[in-house]
Amino acid sequence: MPVLDLMSGFIVELRNAGLPVSLTENLDAMEAVKVIPIEDRDAFKYALGATLVKNNAHWRVFETIFEVYFSLRGPEYEITKDGQPDDFWREMQEQMDQVKGQGEGKGSGGGMDSLTPEEIAAMLMRALMSGDQAMMRALAKQSVQRFAGMEPGRPVGGTYYLYRTLRNLDLDNMLQKLMDANREMSKQQLSSLEERLEKDEFESRIEQFKQEVESEIRRRLVADRGAEAMAKTLRKPLPEDVEFMHASRDEMQSLKKALYPLTRKLAARLARKRRHGRKGPLDFRNTVRHSLSYGGVPADPKFRYPRPAKPELMVVADISGSVAAFARFTLMFVYAIQNQFSKVRSFVFIDGIDEVTKFFKSTEDIGEAINRVNTEADVVWVDGHSDYGHAFEVFFERYGKDINSKTTVLLLGDARNNYHAAQSWVVKEMRKRARHVYWLNPEPKSYWNTGDSIVGEYGAHTDGVFECRNLRQLEGFVENLT
Amino acid sequence: MKPRFKDVATVRSGLKKENYLADDGIAGVVYLADRLGKPVLIEGPAGTGKTQLAKSVAEMTGARLIRLQCYEGLDESKALYEWNYKKQLLRIQADKKSDSWSEVHDDIFSEEFLLTRPLLEAITSEEPVVLLIDEVDRVEVETEALLLEILSDYQVSIPELGTITAKQIPLVFLTSNNTRELSEALKRRCLYLHVDYPDLEREKEIVLNKVPDISENLADQIARIVRSIRQLDLKKAPSVSETLDWARTLMLLGIETIDEKEAKETLHILLKYQTDIAKAAKELSVTK
Repeated sequence: MPVLDLMSGFIVELRNAGLPVSLTENLDAMEAVKVIPIEDRDAFKYALGATLVKNNAHWRVFETIFEVYFSLRGPEYEITKDGQPDDFWREMQEQMDQVKGQGEGKGSGGGMDSLTPEEIAAMLMRALMSGDQAMMRALAKQSVQRFAGMEPGRPVGGTYYLYRTLRNLDLDNMLQKLMDANREMSKQQLSSLEERLEKDEFESRIEQFKQEVESEIRRRLVADRGAEAMAKTLRKPLPEDVEFMHASRDEMQSLKKALYPLTRKLAARLARKRRHGRKGPLDFRNTVRHSLSYGGVPADPKFRYPRPAKPELMVVADISGSVAAFARFTLMFVYAIQNQFSKVRSFVFIDGIDEVTKFFKSTEDIGEAINRVNTEADVVWVDGHSDYGHAFEVFFERYGKDINSKTTVLLLGDARNNYHAAQSWVVKEMRKRARHVYWLNPEPKSYWNTGDSIVGEYGAHTDGVFECRNLRQLEGFVENLT
Repeated sequence: MKPRFKDVATVRSGLKKENYLADDGIAGVVYLADRLGKPVLIEGPAGTGKTQLAKSVAEMTGARLIRLQCYEGLDESKALYEWNYKKQLLRIQADKKSDSWSEVHDDIFSEEFLLTRPLLEAITSEEPVVLLIDEVDRVEVETEALLLEILSDYQVSIPELGTITAKQIPLVFLTSNNTRELSEALKRRCLYLHVDYPDLEREKEIVLNKVPDISENLADQIARIVRSIRQLDLKKAPSVSETLDWARTLMLLGIETIDEKEAKETLHILLKYQTDIAKAAKELSVTK
């Protein structure tokens, strides 16, 4: 049965992408598929989602893989019972063949093919204006065929094709054009609120169109190279596994989104741990009070829970180019759970050092505070290349007296010191005064102590150096910290 | 057992009759839950109708809703069952002389002395029930284990009595506000449903449905403004219930079309943080 094969391939791919799909969940999915017809693609997708994906952060990954595996199956492209390729598939293959023969840019016969690019752009604008879904879908198909210039057999994920298609349609200026046209059309002057709403509406339509184009490209790529190969090219790490140092802009966005719920969960967990971590001495009063319902027999002893003091935290972060993203995230992370600490102070440096606690104090908006750190902090001393030695020295001179036995010091950076003097005695001194000194390094362990990295030299004087490449590792570290 | 629903469309129209507008995902999962006999774990931001879904399903199927509100410190005796200690004591004292010990012993651990709590009640009930376990993320991880037996096998084991199996399989809904990661064991036993903020069309429909006499034009405007606000980077995005509050307020004020000034003046109904309100007010008036 082809559906079964498809399903097992699909589930293997989900696991490859990092989703924890257990055997029972797999069986549930098979059960679910029995009662939901595969022709109803949306219902089918939700049925699989409900049985296989138990974390909303994984939904995007699931959706992509679903699209790759089942994109040719749905009401628009009926799958035939015996597993033979359907008409759509054949048609697409023909198109690919033609492209192979003629080079890019020309399609086969059909209603829209005689149009010039300008006419297509004009049609697209009309469709976006009126929000005509069917028209948008047809245009997406047409423009991919025309502008993407897809070459069969090339092992790519489609980003380039997407870029080409969109560039040809001049989508960047489309929003402006739509707004202008809209202004002309409406008779009276629009208020700024109305204009803003119109703009949001158009933006969402354009976004929708982009997605249409993207899925059209994927559909064709799958037809060309098969689902498995395609899924492999598209495989992306889950948000919590994205590396700070190599995150693209999109990944940064998804990281930011993942950060907030993660910190909320962590804070709840920490608060709970604080309360229930240990059992304290017997609470006599409470025990006697409860014994009343057992006729005076203290059958249910009650204990007092200790409330251990919250640690003080000093974060000292390198914000030079290569590790800036990591520093930003760690700061955001720490401040998002700052009520788990009695006090948080933060310092940033490149070759000079500056305290930035005040930026976080003055606003509730962590994102804004981070922006101010990036623009206003005074961190350059000589040339703006990392100099850990000098930064630490100054830090110790100015703030060393504030380190006491309650303080935990977090040092963040890759310890790439540009061959300056290490001054590792500062770290040693800090450790003498502080409760703990930890070092978090965003580089993979195998890179440590290569080139100008001297993390080992500093690390010898700390209570531990931790690799902190992604959110998962960062979360794990912070959880053990309090 | 006879399935409750014919197909996804029936679920959807049934819920609509109860004034709950479900999208494809929600209706599909409710349908699956019935067919596969599995509990549904509902997650999502606060105020998107997670609890309401369980209530509406109960109304739609004419079942009794049994609700277990979770909180920290919830234990067996509040969730599952408890022996009626005082009554047992009375029983022992009432006829001290007549019964032999073994008789009394058997007697005081019978159903007569059992206090059923929501979970046990749900599975021993004769008539159809919908079991709602609300805010399951509030209990400790250890307490979660209490739920596992009932969720996978619809039974409760009581050491003194033996195993009590369900007379009918109830529809079970668990809601979570996602304040902590639920255990794998729990998640594995459930179907997962993430209820997010509704899209423009659905939100508009919800407003039209829930706020009497509202004009289509105003509902449309409200839904669009709320969508714009949700796109901003806020501490707490407006929920559906806050949208409805806002719509009602605007109706009370007799506003037919929202202009910038009125929107700003009533923003505090949608948003609860001063920084959010300031940000939204700024964004709504600036056009780029």
